[in-house]
Amino acid sequence: MRKLRSAVELKQLRDGIVSGRDPNKLCISICGGTGCRAYRSENVASAFSKEIKRQGLTNKVYLKVTGCHGFCERGPLMVLYPQKIFYQRITLGDVPEIIAETVMKGNIIDRLLYVDPITEDKARFEDEVPFYRGQQRLVFGNNGIIDPTNIEDYFAVGGYSALPRVLFKMQPEGVIEEVRKSGLRGRGGGGFPAARKWQSCRNAPSSNGIRYVICNADEGDPGAYMDRSLLEGNPHSVIEGMIIGAYAIGSHDGYVYVRHEYPLAVTNLSIALGQAKKYGLLGENILGSGFDFDIKISRGGGAFICGESTALMASLEGKIGEPRPKHIHTAISGLNGKPSNLNNVETWANVPLIINRGAGWYSKIGTEGSKGTKIFSLVGKINNTGLVEVPMGITLRKIVYDIGGGIPKGRRFKAVQTGGPSGGCIPESLLDLPVDFDRLTEAGSMMGSGGMIVMDEDTCMVDVARYFIKFLTEESCGKCTPCRLGLDRMLDILTDITEGKGKEDDIGLLEELGSLIKEASLCALGGTAPNPVLSTLRYFRDEYETHIKEKKCPAGVCKALITFTIDGVKCTGCGVCARECPQTAISGEKKKLHKIAQEKCIKCGLCRDNCKFEAVIVS
Amino acid sequence: MKSDREKVVTILNKYARNRDSLISILQDVQSEYHYLPEDTLRVVARQLDVPLIQVYGVATFFKAFSLKPRGEHMVTVCQGTACHVRRAPAVLDEVKRQLGIEPGETADDMRFTLETVNCLGACALGPIVVVDGTYYGQMAPGKVKKILKQLKKGQ
Repeated sequence: MRKLRSAVELKQLRDGIVSGRDPNKLCISICGGTGCRAYRSENVASAFSKEIKRQGLTNKVYLKVTGCHGFCERGPLMVLYPQKIFYQRITLGDVPEIIAETVMKGNIIDRLLYVDPITEDKARFEDEVPFYRGQQRLVFGNNGIIDPTNIEDYFAVGGYSALPRVLFKMQPEGVIEEVRKSGLRGRGGGGFPAARKWQSCRNAPSSNGIRYVICNADEGDPGAYMDRSLLEGNPHSVIEGMIIGAYAIGSHDGYVYVRHEYPLAVTNLSIALGQAKKYGLLGENILGSGFDFDIKISRGGGAFICGESTALMASLEGKIGEPRPKHIHTAISGLNGKPSNLNNVETWANVPLIINRGAGWYSKIGTEGSKGTKIFSLVGKINNTGLVEVPMGITLRKIVYDIGGGIPKGRRFKAVQTGGPSGGCIPESLLDLPVDFDRLTEAGSMMGSGGMIVMDEDTCMVDVARYFIKFLTEESCGKCTPCRLGLDRMLDILTDITEGKGKEDDIGLLEELGSLIKEASLCALGGTAPNPVLSTLRYFRDEYETHIKEKKCPAGVCKALITFTIDGVKCTGCGVCARECPQTAISGEKKKLHKIAQEKCIKCGLCRDNCKFEAVIVS
Repeated sequence: MKSDREKVVTILNKYARNRDSLISILQDVQSEYHYLPEDTLRVVARQLDVPLIQVYGVATFFKAFSLKPRGEHMVTVCQGTACHVRRAPAVLDEVKRQLGIEPGETADDMRFTLETVNCLGACALGPIVVVDGTYYGQMAPGKVKKILKQLKKGQ
């Protein structure tokens, strides 16, 4: 393949690829995202490959391993195109039957279909699954269609068509104007208007003309994995967005800073960068336009703070990831002291869409202040765990109940945590809150990168607050005192409360410390760190009070405040708990009620896990 | 057989001895040895002409790096939020009890190293325990013994 030297050559290439593919030919798409891989989807894919070869069906059906389809709860997943027949939880044993029945004869295999747990309706096609039906998958939709290691797949769905439009028909200022009109705000946390950042970076003086365009793929929020899934599943959409941004800003050097915990994302991105270079979409004189731009990958070292712009750039320079005061923004002086524009993965992936479909179309989606869609990772105590892309402004209730299918085991919803360790917990009374940047902030939380962790009645909110503060004390870089010492002190107080040593004035002290840390910390990590405590105090104060005054954990989580006992009615005296107890704290005769010696019990929960009769009670 | 110094120099050359690539260089050194031996840090510092303290700073700042040798088997327990609300702390307690070590430690016989991770992004499977790269999903304290038993028996 020689390099493409013009928009016309790119068009010819694309037309050739599209006409060479039969849209009616069957295609098995296997989800190869990290979630499905953990369910051994790779083995399923290679079984399909063997079976297709064995039966001589290579001319009849394509096989594709794609990025994450989103519905991680039901993995391994497959979709048979063009009908979009959707099978879930497929195993190696199902492969020959799928080939024989569905591929060869078009028969649908009932047991592999998704069954709605509420209506008990079976969904035959992807669009019939309630999880997908409620979504608007503009950015994430191609994930299930393209093989991320094959650039031709991205061409075939119209990829790299925004790029020539920008390079040959638009001025850099015009690109920024289009992004400004679209209302795009950064998807990484703060929600800063993208166009304003681009403009500052473009306008910033640089002695040797060097400006950097950086993609933040250091997705550090626990529970959020949309950026990883985009990089793994559709890396070219991110690359295309970055090239467009670089053209608008006047940059020739790009970086992707990616978490080292995401090996598949690094691999797929490296392959994609290599292919883009080979086709002349990166490097010198892109598509013969005279514009040069290249992208390098830098692997992070596993530090949450490196999601912060100045810490990330320090890390890119090979230094420890400590932030600096931002009197001067990184758009003016960032990496190596040069103007640097940082946006996250999802933000970049929105850019080609805006150019292709127009700012007018894009700005019609969403709310007044938050345009477009947002990908959320819906996780925790929820039936349909997975990645969901919805228009901004959709209510939490729709996300949790219509798409997420509600709470497992009929438990009661308690809260949804958004925004990662910088965010907060939103209670049931606010389920009808429209989700956008500003509404979430008003509610004491934030959008963050889009993690949504659902919590039910068995989740202790004091324990959750303690969890986040503990996380943040470990991730605080230690440079400024309020964050380093203030968070430590908050953790001490919260630990005391969860261990039954809480004092009456602890709540007041937490609030005082919280507002001080917010005010006095150097960077956004400290500036938002008290949010998990302050928001749970705002909505779940009674739980703190019960821990402190009554020395009880209503959710049955805090070890020091709970006891394990055995239900006299349910216990059959089978003796499994006594055998499994590491402390030999359980005794009883065969077929008679067993008893736990409280002084020996370490509350490990093994008895409860192993009891088949649910006779172990936590109170 | 390449000497340690040669191995490190090969890695350094791959990054054109660029100081900006310090983190990537250390990552490659760590993939080679599963930890960062002191001597290799000295070679990196000398060859890149950066103070040893900077190399040491980076090596101790980032979670990805270990200055201590790691065991034969790597057991990682995810402590992400989604895993946490699904009782990951109880799973971690049981793994600690079974292995007799705390997170970040390696057993005396060098068989096991225990680590925690902030999130693996496979939240649907939570709580997750990863043993030598194999994911075990929907874990509970009661399932830990069985998984580790296979390993202990294996060798």
